[in-house]
Amino acid sequence: MTIYLPIAELSVNIFVILGMGAAVGFLSGMFGIGGGFLITPLLIFYNIPPAVAVATGTNQVVAASFSGALSHLRRGSLDLKLGFVLLFGGLTGSTAGIFVFKFLKNLGQLDLIVSLAYVTFLSVVGTLMLIESINAIRRSRKEGGAAQARRPGHHNWVHRLPLKMRFRRSKLYLSAIPVVGLGFFIGLLTSIMGIGGGFMIIPAMIYLLRIPTNVVVGTSLFQVTFTTAFATLVQATTNHSVDVVLALLLIVSSVVGVQYGVRVGRRLRGETLRAGLALLVLAVGIRLAVGLFLTPTDLYSVVTHGLGFQ
Amino acid sequence: MMWRSALAGAFILAAAAHAFAQQPTDTDKNPPADIELGISTSEIAVRSNFSGADITVFGAIKHADPMTLALGQYDVVVTMEGPKLETTVRKKARRAGIWINRYSLDFLPLPTSYSISSTRPIGLIASEPELRRLGIGAENLRLRPSSTSGGSIKVEEFEKALLRIKEQTDLYRSDSAGVGFVSSTLFKATVRLPASVPVGTHIVHGYLFQNGQFVAEKQLAVHVVKTGLEQYANTIAHDEAFLYGLFAVFVAAFTGWIGSLVFRKD
Repeated sequence: MTIYLPIAELSVNIFVILGMGAAVGFLSGMFGIGGGFLITPLLIFYNIPPAVAVATGTNQVVAASFSGALSHLRRGSLDLKLGFVLLFGGLTGSTAGIFVFKFLKNLGQLDLIVSLAYVTFLSVVGTLMLIESINAIRRSRKEGGAAQARRPGHHNWVHRLPLKMRFRRSKLYLSAIPVVGLGFFIGLLTSIMGIGGGFMIIPAMIYLLRIPTNVVVGTSLFQVTFTTAFATLVQATTNHSVDVVLALLLIVSSVVGVQYGVRVGRRLRGETLRAGLALLVLAVGIRLAVGLFLTPTDLYSVVTHGLGFQ
Repeated sequence: MMWRSALAGAFILAAAAHAFAQQPTDTDKNPPADIELGISTSEIAVRSNFSGADITVFGAIKHADPMTLALGQYDVVVTMEGPKLETTVRKKARRAGIWINRYSLDFLPLPTSYSISSTRPIGLIASEPELRRLGIGAENLRLRPSSTSGGSIKVEEFEKALLRIKEQTDLYRSDSAGVGFVSSTLFKATVRLPASVPVGTHIVHGYLFQNGQFVAEKQLAVHVVKTGLEQYANTIAHDEAFLYGLFAVFVAAFTGWIGSLVFRKD
């Protein structure tokens, strides 16, 4: 059964799209990531024009992350105060990112910079997380009880910064500077790379800010909801490349997937979740790296100007 | 013997026809053969369930010479060209271990899609120079490179790659048995509109050949348009971009909310 996409200007199999949405939604609910770094490459692989894939992917992430964030809010695993502070930095960063994007585009080879950034961030973040979570799993097996990654007593330079705020839900007394800074950095990358940045914000919150893993997932979804909503608006106004039909199919299936993902995620331990996310991030990173280094099956590609969107 | 008499008969007929044509009063009654084309609709609507379409083109050979007809020496070629758009072909090369788009060649507007149907393989219908002159067949389309980047490149390689990728993606296709005669002078041709059809004006060409010589050509325009919701979405996306974006975000948030409500109970 096929359906015609008005903005992408091509027909696709409806079940393939629904399947993609459900799978990405499931992972996104389980790990608390938006799934932008999964859905965009999948859509491009299915011949959707890259500009449409990036823009529509961000719109799908809005739904998946909002649905997940609401579930976490109801279960008390979302720190709203922390979320708003992050968001302040995130929106500032996204706005700055639009100008950086234009600057890089003028320099040429934007695609290459984006690909290299993806590979670098995914493999570094994935490797660090994997090492840490495997150590944590080993430790908890030895002690036989639930061991946290690090106790809040272990303070680092981040905790010596001024402008301290109390985040009750997270049981933290923390400076606002690194939170806003982190939000800003992720917002910057959202605009440049077309992703929500959940896969980077989660490890940063866990390891840098020492926020408990269960609160991190909900709070990250909250932040991702808003940054991707903003990115969707920007894409719609500047590139006209958001395809509502494609988005709706992805949204409906991913929202269902997210709910099951959240349930499975709640049954897993923090360190197991982190190890799973680390493996997923690494897998995508390796897949992208392979694409950069292996000889492509077709050296040539054809671009028709003015097709798909104007 | 049969063969000889048939040949002789043909000579007599030809001579008679010649004599007939020689009579000054009958010159108007024997104009050169021509081709006529007709199509059931000049507008094709792309709806949500569109998955490509076969378009049937009807046509007739006018003022056909009965002798040539009887010997089956008329050939018909029907093509359909999609709207012309500027196209770039890129070639990857390895640089510091990484494959990047290194070379590119821009072409002046060329048909986004091209479907050709004929009574026989076109190589048998007319000579290569003749096909090239008329621009019949994907390999004979007039590709005009405009600019290159990344250093010196072989234009021919890029043209070949363009045709190969167009064929792989089903945008360019040929059917050497796609034109059939319904009666002695009436023919029916099928040309294919791919699923990833570019909207806009497509041109249907009909070419008539006699004994390998080009005789006549006709063309028709077919408009491929989006209708209903598809057209509406496209217009809004361009004219009311901000509202469209807000709508997209609202739909996403609303569906997300409904989803979390439906699955509320654990």
